[in-house]
Amino acid sequence: MRRSTATIHGWLLLLPAMVFLVAFTHWPAVATLVDSLYGTPRPRRPAAFVGLDNYAQVVNDPIFWQALVNNLWFAVGTIPVSIALALLMAVWVNDRLPGRTLVRMAYFTPTVLPMIAVANIWLFFYTPQYGLLAQLLSPFGLSAQNWLGSRETALACVTAVAVWKEAGFFMIFYLAALQQIAPSLGEAAALEGASRWQFFRRVQFPLLMPTTLFVLINAVINAFRTVDHIVVMTRGGPDNATALLLFRIYELGFVFWDTSLAAALTVLLLVALGLLAFLQYGVLEKRVHYR
Amino acid sequence: MSTTRSTPAPYEPSGLALTLETVAAWLLAVIWILPLAYAVWTAFHPAAYSANFVLTAPLTLENFAKAWEAAPFARYFLNTAILVTLILCCQFVLCTLAAYAFARYDFPGSGVAFALVLAQLMIMPDILIVENYKTMARLGVLDTIPAIALPHIASAFGIFLLRQTFKTVPKELDDAARVEGASAIQVLLKVYVPLARPIYLAYGLVSVSYHWNNFLWPLIVTNSVEARPLTVGLQVFSSGDQGIDWSIICAATLMTSAPLLVGFLLFQRQFVQSFMRAGIR
Repeated sequence: MRRSTATIHGWLLLLPAMVFLVAFTHWPAVATLVDSLYGTPRPRRPAAFVGLDNYAQVVNDPIFWQALVNNLWFAVGTIPVSIALALLMAVWVNDRLPGRTLVRMAYFTPTVLPMIAVANIWLFFYTPQYGLLAQLLSPFGLSAQNWLGSRETALACVTAVAVWKEAGFFMIFYLAALQQIAPSLGEAAALEGASRWQFFRRVQFPLLMPTTLFVLINAVINAFRTVDHIVVMTRGGPDNATALLLFRIYELGFVFWDTSLAAALTVLLLVALGLLAFLQYGVLEKRVHYR
Repeated sequence: MSTTRSTPAPYEPSGLALTLETVAAWLLAVIWILPLAYAVWTAFHPAAYSANFVLTAPLTLENFAKAWEAAPFARYFLNTAILVTLILCCQFVLCTLAAYAFARYDFPGSGVAFALVLAQLMIMPDILIVENYKTMARLGVLDTIPAIALPHIASAFGIFLLRQTFKTVPKELDDAARVEGASAIQVLLKVYVPLARPIYLAYGLVSVSYHWNNFLWPLIVTNSVEARPLTVGLQVFSSGDQGIDWSIICAATLMTSAPLLVGFLLFQRQFVQSFMRAGIR
């Protein structure tokens, strides 16, 4: 095939996907940046260039800081816990336990359920007096505790839902990786007299590092885009105790219709995600692979 | 997946360790399934038993009937079915063509183009809601099913996955087909696509369950019964002010998750393996 024909064919094949990618990913990303430098257009008043005013407003808004701190806590709560649980689940299900198919099914089921639907169930779970949690805890005098209604517990409650939802999903990747570890490694370690913990710590865990990196990247992304359950369970309340960044963007853009502020916040979120991606791929990737 | 071994592997637990591990694994499994079990209990019993666990409680399907009548769920089901079909078909076509270009064509700009595709993994449509809403308004498609679908039909994930698969197809097969006089598109359809069938199944399952469950973007762009998918319909229904009781909400919740849940229970192995294939890059 001549080179020019290959070029034309290549680009023609690429064209349909590129049109949609540019229209709904690249262009909106650039437009968000531009819009964040203009005021929100109102009827009879077109948008005026305001420079960095929107960013100043966002940064001076205490709710932004609250949402940022909440989101960081949400990330700190979901990422390590769901990864550790996923690993534990995978190690368990990988062993020949009685009924392991059922156990694996139980772990994985939350993944196929819509977040919006499970949020409804968890909402009832947390209800004071009548909810299952209240009934379980009533011997300890905690049945009146309003789990989602008080500032101290609401964020932890929505974090627990996210962990429950995604741990089983991550388990699958660990399970696949565990099953690819050659059995001869276990036999060799046993000959050397390694304990099970040593085998896990020195052989299995290092071999699982590429999987951990993959799962980590997914967990980080999820920590910043999982807001469905916030909309259902708390609407960011009480008193913004569960407002996360993407929820705040939704609120600014589609509840208060201040699209310029929402655009500025979107840019900040994209920059943060970009930095995190850079850190993960650039720094961690080098230490992960055994080659 | 499970290999048949005559002797147990050296680090398989046995005796007390096995018992402890089994108990712990089962305990976690019970905790994990508890919310769903709870919803099933509440949905199949009269409201009086929704927080009252007696084994003699009468079973009923009335909650499902009430939920079905209280909101246009049939329409929501239809909308979601149209939505996921539309997205899946478009994704298959677009991602296949693009993946073929990246896997088998060497042309100037392909590196930059691939980087632009991968950028979508980080700059997700889920986050660009404000600007995409404006785009839909300009296109005049607000409150329609295509508006929900448009941002998702060119999927970086799908392109990447299929490109990796196409790269494993032996070049000789490609060359042989071309010697026979097949055109580029014929080679793609006759050689590459059939060989990648398991990946299409895997990607299809992941895509369908993602878009069946997607919520925030459809909530923003739709505003009427004619366009709303199930997730948004469920939210509108359960957040109504008229104080619907919990058993009916649980019934509606189970109803909306039922197709995926039943599909998962029937095809558990394929589901799990699909998610695994789609995730391993």
